[in-house]
Amino acid sequence: MFLTVFLILFPMFMFLLLVGMRHRNPKWLALAGAVVEFGVSVYMWIKFIPEGDRQFAVKIPWVNSIGMSFNVGIDGISLPLVLLTTTLIPLIILSSSDKNFNRPALFYGLVLLMQSALIGVFTSFDILLFYIFWELALIPIYLICLIWGSEKEGKVTIKFFIYTLAGSLVMLVGIIFVYMSSQPGITQPGFSLNTFYELGRHLDPQAQGWVFWALFLAFAIKMPVFPFHTWQPETYTQAPTQGTMLLSGIMLKMGIYGVIRWLIPVVPAGVAQWGNVALILSVIGIVYASCIALVQKNMKTLVAYSSIAHVGLISAGVFTGSIIGIQGAMIQMFSHGLVVFGLFYVIDIIQHKAGSAEFKDLGGIRNVAPKFTTAFLIIMLGSVALPLTSGFIGEFLLINSLVQYQVWIGAIAGLTIILGAVYMLVAFQKAMSGEAQPHLAAFQDLSLGEKAVLYPLVVLIILIGVFPAPLMSMSEPAVTALVNSLFDLTSYIRP
Amino acid sequence: MNTLFVIAGVGVLALVAEIVNLKRWLTIFVMLGLAGALAFLPLYTDHSPSAPVFNRMMLFDGPAVVFTWLIVIISVFWLWMSAGYLRQGGHQTDKTSLVVFVILGAVIMAAFNNMAMLFLGLEILSLSLYTLAGSKKDSLSSIEAAFKYFLMGSFATGFLLFGIALIYGAAHSFDLGTIFGYITQNPETLPGYFYAGVLLMMVGLAFKISAVPFHFWAPDVYEGSPTAITSLMATVVKIAAIAAFWRIFGLAFSFASAGYVKVIYGLVILTLFIPNITAIYQTKAKRMLAYSSVAHVGYILLGFLSAVQQGYVNPLFVIFYLAAYSISSLAAFSVLMKVEENGGSFAGLYYRNPMLAVTMVIALMSMAGIPPMAGFAAKYFVFIIALSAQHPFLVLFAVAMSLVSVYYYFRIIITMFDKNAAVEPITVPWSARIFHMVMLALMLALGLFPSIAPLARIMTF
Repeated sequence: MFLTVFLILFPMFMFLLLVGMRHRNPKWLALAGAVVEFGVSVYMWIKFIPEGDRQFAVKIPWVNSIGMSFNVGIDGISLPLVLLTTTLIPLIILSSSDKNFNRPALFYGLVLLMQSALIGVFTSFDILLFYIFWELALIPIYLICLIWGSEKEGKVTIKFFIYTLAGSLVMLVGIIFVYMSSQPGITQPGFSLNTFYELGRHLDPQAQGWVFWALFLAFAIKMPVFPFHTWQPETYTQAPTQGTMLLSGIMLKMGIYGVIRWLIPVVPAGVAQWGNVALILSVIGIVYASCIALVQKNMKTLVAYSSIAHVGLISAGVFTGSIIGIQGAMIQMFSHGLVVFGLFYVIDIIQHKAGSAEFKDLGGIRNVAPKFTTAFLIIMLGSVALPLTSGFIGEFLLINSLVQYQVWIGAIAGLTIILGAVYMLVAFQKAMSGEAQPHLAAFQDLSLGEKAVLYPLVVLIILIGVFPAPLMSMSEPAVTALVNSLFDLTSYIRP
Repeated sequence: MNTLFVIAGVGVLALVAEIVNLKRWLTIFVMLGLAGALAFLPLYTDHSPSAPVFNRMMLFDGPAVVFTWLIVIISVFWLWMSAGYLRQGGHQTDKTSLVVFVILGAVIMAAFNNMAMLFLGLEILSLSLYTLAGSKKDSLSSIEAAFKYFLMGSFATGFLLFGIALIYGAAHSFDLGTIFGYITQNPETLPGYFYAGVLLMMVGLAFKISAVPFHFWAPDVYEGSPTAITSLMATVVKIAAIAAFWRIFGLAFSFASAGYVKVIYGLVILTLFIPNITAIYQTKAKRMLAYSSVAHVGYILLGFLSAVQQGYVNPLFVIFYLAAYSISSLAAFSVLMKVEENGGSFAGLYYRNPMLAVTMVIALMSMAGIPPMAGFAAKYFVFIIALSAQHPFLVLFAVAMSLVSVYYYFRIIITMFDKNAAVEPITVPWSARIFHMVMLALMLALGLFPSIAPLARIMTF
């Protein structure tokens, strides 16, 4: 089945089409492409058998001399993220419907190129291919931030780029190290998933510890986990809104996905040694970022910090190495993608209509824009993980896994719900309720384009909250198999 | 072998083209002539061993053939790119024939089998280059570059000759095969002055490949020379110098490699560190590219060092790195030339001519080693053999330095997207446009399909 290849190559083709041709309306062409992509991914979801192994798999030899192949496919761990990508990209394109970008063809082309790279990351079953897509994803987002970002963008993006590239290069060294470690007669050199798992697991524990740090650094910077997060808030703030959505909605999931797909299975002994350090760093990140979010004066930075807190929780859950932890992460990744996209969009609307996203300039929007307020409220509740919203299931599972791991860690991580509720509700209150400020009287309620983005989003958030079974059953068998395979192999991973 | 005659013939014909008034088609004629010269190269499809020619003076073995291919192909691209430079400012035929002699010297440096031929090739190449570096006669910095290059180059040649003399004293021959045999027969009893000769030759060649600490001439010469000549130095001349370096230290002296790997180790560290750090402080793009060109020698030497074995150093990865680096450099220099013709500032280039900016972005990303561009594959191969040769420290160091390089490369990229700069558009002739397209395609193709198996097959000799 070549559908996976289609999913990867079609956006790249659209990118070439958009950049190469002088189309009159690149926005709608890009949207059409993204919708086709979404349709194909939904079709694959329907055809997908959760109990099965890798599906829609394609393996074409590529660089034979080093044993690299174009090895892609979809399993229960990839599918939610592929769906998240294909769902968010049309929404992201649609969310810019009121904007007139300078050079729109290039902008939308880069968004689609980004999509291609992201789907490549989520479907690669060859770690070198994964690495290439991982880096490829960096180029369009870098250019988007640079060309359409704010004036200060140059300095900020180079920090972002060098930070993430530093992580990636260290990861590359780790990958090559594992590749070189093959011993004739015992393991074969190669980059494809199973071969690479074998290679990594045959390393002695100390070497696994080194490889753990090499890979973890790349993933931690991408997520970002405390203390590697310093690039994130300013990048999110300075980037154009659509860039921020790509970064926070999809791109940071690459890091978590990398941990689940590669880090834990490749070096289980390394995770057993150092996983708790990573877990504690993540928990520190939760509390630290939440506390900073509490005192933010700008909505965009507030959401940026809240994103660090949420990702910290997801990554802590993953590093418990338990089924519910990883399963919770899978669901929370999907939910967080939707919610954070919604939040940034809401902020963009406020910024656009009120001229500022600083709390001091806002207040009383509820009086003039009730529909907008309702949408914001539901997205905000999804963010604070209220039951019956999408955020609840994931956070519940994650905190549950942490409590099982260690009660006091679970308790500290649970703070994220309380602190999250505090800063989100305070933000909502400051911006929306109270007396309407005079300059906000002209704040118009949702336009048609905005409705087209926010209504489906709100429906999705509630739908997943009420009826999470399809999402959960998608990844459950794969996650169970993954964790069990580690149990069979070794008793390194704690329950 | 006949390749040399064809290239030399093209050079002579280029000189007399002035008389028969063929200037209009000269560049194309030279490009065709060079491409034709390739047809005379042996292909070794039958795996027959290569034999020395011209009284054992030259040896077109597998690596020499691949180096020659690379030199000639890059030269053809260079001529395509620099047709404008050759035409402008008079003396078209002189400049063209000097360039052809540079290429001739480069091919000799890639295929010599005798120290005398090394010297001859080096001098044919260098003398032509000294002249070309000063070919912008009204520019003081061009003349300064030529003079500096000449002084430094002669000095380096002195070292080289002294080294050759000492080695002759030990091995009683200039012939590479004889020297090789001499080393293998007396591995334990090599006299001290033999090693002194090796070291002096290394100094001389390190000058030519501009390895730190023998690189001081490079930034000034690169900056002062006409940009087209700078790009010739950064690509063709660099390939030739590395090829000669490999022929001496990777082939002829390889059994004595224990005596000099430590020196190369030091050269690698210095060459990775100093130019990468210095490039950050440059304010001129051309000078920055000069330092980056020196820095790439560090990665190449790392690839060389990692391939060192008793008896033979496999140049496969060095060649691939040179190919990727040369193509990226040509693309970057071509954009630089267009920018210099239009005010010389990269600020807002994207809004003046998007195609130029995109070419520059891809070229710089390739040099920085970001997938899926050619430079990534090249660095990847170097890292992989360096790790397999147990140099983890050097690999981590090289990784750190390539991160540093991202900083200065991306400063140019950021400048190109500066929204507040002047926006008068730049028009680029169609031949340059196609050239950029071809360079883009090559950079992506080498990065996406870096299969070096065919290369390896030719190299088995």
